[in-house]
Amino acid sequence: MEIEIIYILWLRQLKRYFRSKSRIIGSLGQPLLFLLAFGFGFGSIFQKAGQGNYIEFLAPGIIAMSILFTAVFSGIEIIWDKQFGFLKETLVAPVSRLEIMLGRTLGGATVAVFQGLIVLVISLFAGFKIESTNMLLTAFFFMALIAILFTALGTAIASVLEDMQGFQLIVNFLIMPIFFLSGALFPIEGLPKTIAIITRINPLAYGIDGLRGALINNIHFGFATDFLVLGSLVVILMVVGSYLFSKIQI
Amino acid sequence: MENNIIQVKNLTKKFGNFIAVDNVSFNVEEGTIFAFLGPNGAGKTTTIKILTTLLNPTSGNLKINGYDPVNEEHKVRSSFGIVFQDPSLDEELTAYENMKLHSVLYNIPKEIRETRIEEMLKFVELWDRRNGFVKHFSGGMKRRLEIARGLLHHPKILFLDEPTLGLDPQTRIHIWDYLQDLNKKENITIFFTTHYIEEAEKVAKEVAIIDLGKIVAQSTPAELKQKTNSQTLEDSFLNLTGRKIREEEVGAIDHMRMRHRRFHR
Repeated sequence: MEIEIIYILWLRQLKRYFRSKSRIIGSLGQPLLFLLAFGFGFGSIFQKAGQGNYIEFLAPGIIAMSILFTAVFSGIEIIWDKQFGFLKETLVAPVSRLEIMLGRTLGGATVAVFQGLIVLVISLFAGFKIESTNMLLTAFFFMALIAILFTALGTAIASVLEDMQGFQLIVNFLIMPIFFLSGALFPIEGLPKTIAIITRINPLAYGIDGLRGALINNIHFGFATDFLVLGSLVVILMVVGSYLFSKIQI
Repeated sequence: MENNIIQVKNLTKKFGNFIAVDNVSFNVEEGTIFAFLGPNGAGKTTTIKILTTLLNPTSGNLKINGYDPVNEEHKVRSSFGIVFQDPSLDEELTAYENMKLHSVLYNIPKEIRETRIEEMLKFVELWDRRNGFVKHFSGGMKRRLEIARGLLHHPKILFLDEPTLGLDPQTRIHIWDYLQDLNKKENITIFFTTHYIEEAEKVAKEVAIIDLGKIVAQSTPAELKQKTNSQTLEDSFLNLTGRKIREEEVGAIDHMRMRHRRFHR
């Protein structure tokens, strides 16, 4: 395993991210809109229902959302990249596919975490208050888990998809449901049975739960469960992703 | 015979029921400039992809620089440089950063990386633009950078898949000057495809024509013209492959390529 190769591919993703200011700002639009429209729109109803401050509740969900989207897209980019981008250059180089996959995935995940941190800072301005600052490291840890998990998922999907036509399908029937049925927007207690089951098998629900636990001390499954579910899924998806990535033929 | 740096024997590639490359055999001598010609969909790009380890053959025997692309892929990969038909530079990085990445991927020793990059960038006259972002480069500059990058690890073979597509005549002549110069000085083998037959006639020492997945002729341009009783190589090409326009099915890649052109030109 060549650490330098993983490192330089990771660095490449970061350079690309920090250089495209318009992309950073552009991708903040959606989380900002969600935070403000939902946060202030439903705030009073949420309060009246006895659930407390909605911005407090919502912010961890929106942070997770921005990580989810950034992570999946950076994986999905491979579809494009294998024909018109730099990926081909790496595929004919005398390096193992595992190194390429690791460098790319870790790079994409790092970018996604940055994106989440920016949303965290923005939400502070919208009135979000962090319960205890000594849990920040735990929050960061869960952000990283979500980021790696979904970058690997994006990579796995992109490795088998041949063109961008399946992309819309993935967004509408996988990513959107993962987000909306994760408890990012509403508490997962007291849901109708079907929805409750779906949230229970949704990995993002555990990520958001851990994040909410760390940031506002509101937890449903518990840290240990959250960590175990996310941790094992990260391992599984990294293995599956690496395998599918190693089988790419163009 | 012993000097064949590329040996292809009974190579076949099937995609489902479609036979893209049909029992093809040919050799490429070390140090030659080899033109691989054929109409659209003849199997040129598929063959290059197999030779460069991007695709596995369905059957057949291959040797690149003495190594087998299927089982000794890393040794094969270190032996060649490639310029793809579609762009493969990172446009968000500078010319120098693209070269740097390549030097790490090909494990060029740290001590000589910088001098090697400088040497190659000067060779293609891009040293002054080394800190420019690739996205601001013209089509010709990108091609030159891709050639410089492909040569950075001193490969024995340079594969070029339509290297001059979409470039103006000045740039095309310029690029071929570099390549011929390189071929002469370093004895590097050049394997290229092109639709500009007159270009192949001018620079190639050896020509193979592939049609419908089969090699229909292989010899020097002069011999080929003689055999087919033609004035130009283009005439022999048309004599061998016919004048009918190939109806190639448009695949997903072509759609993406069109979108790519629309957004990136």
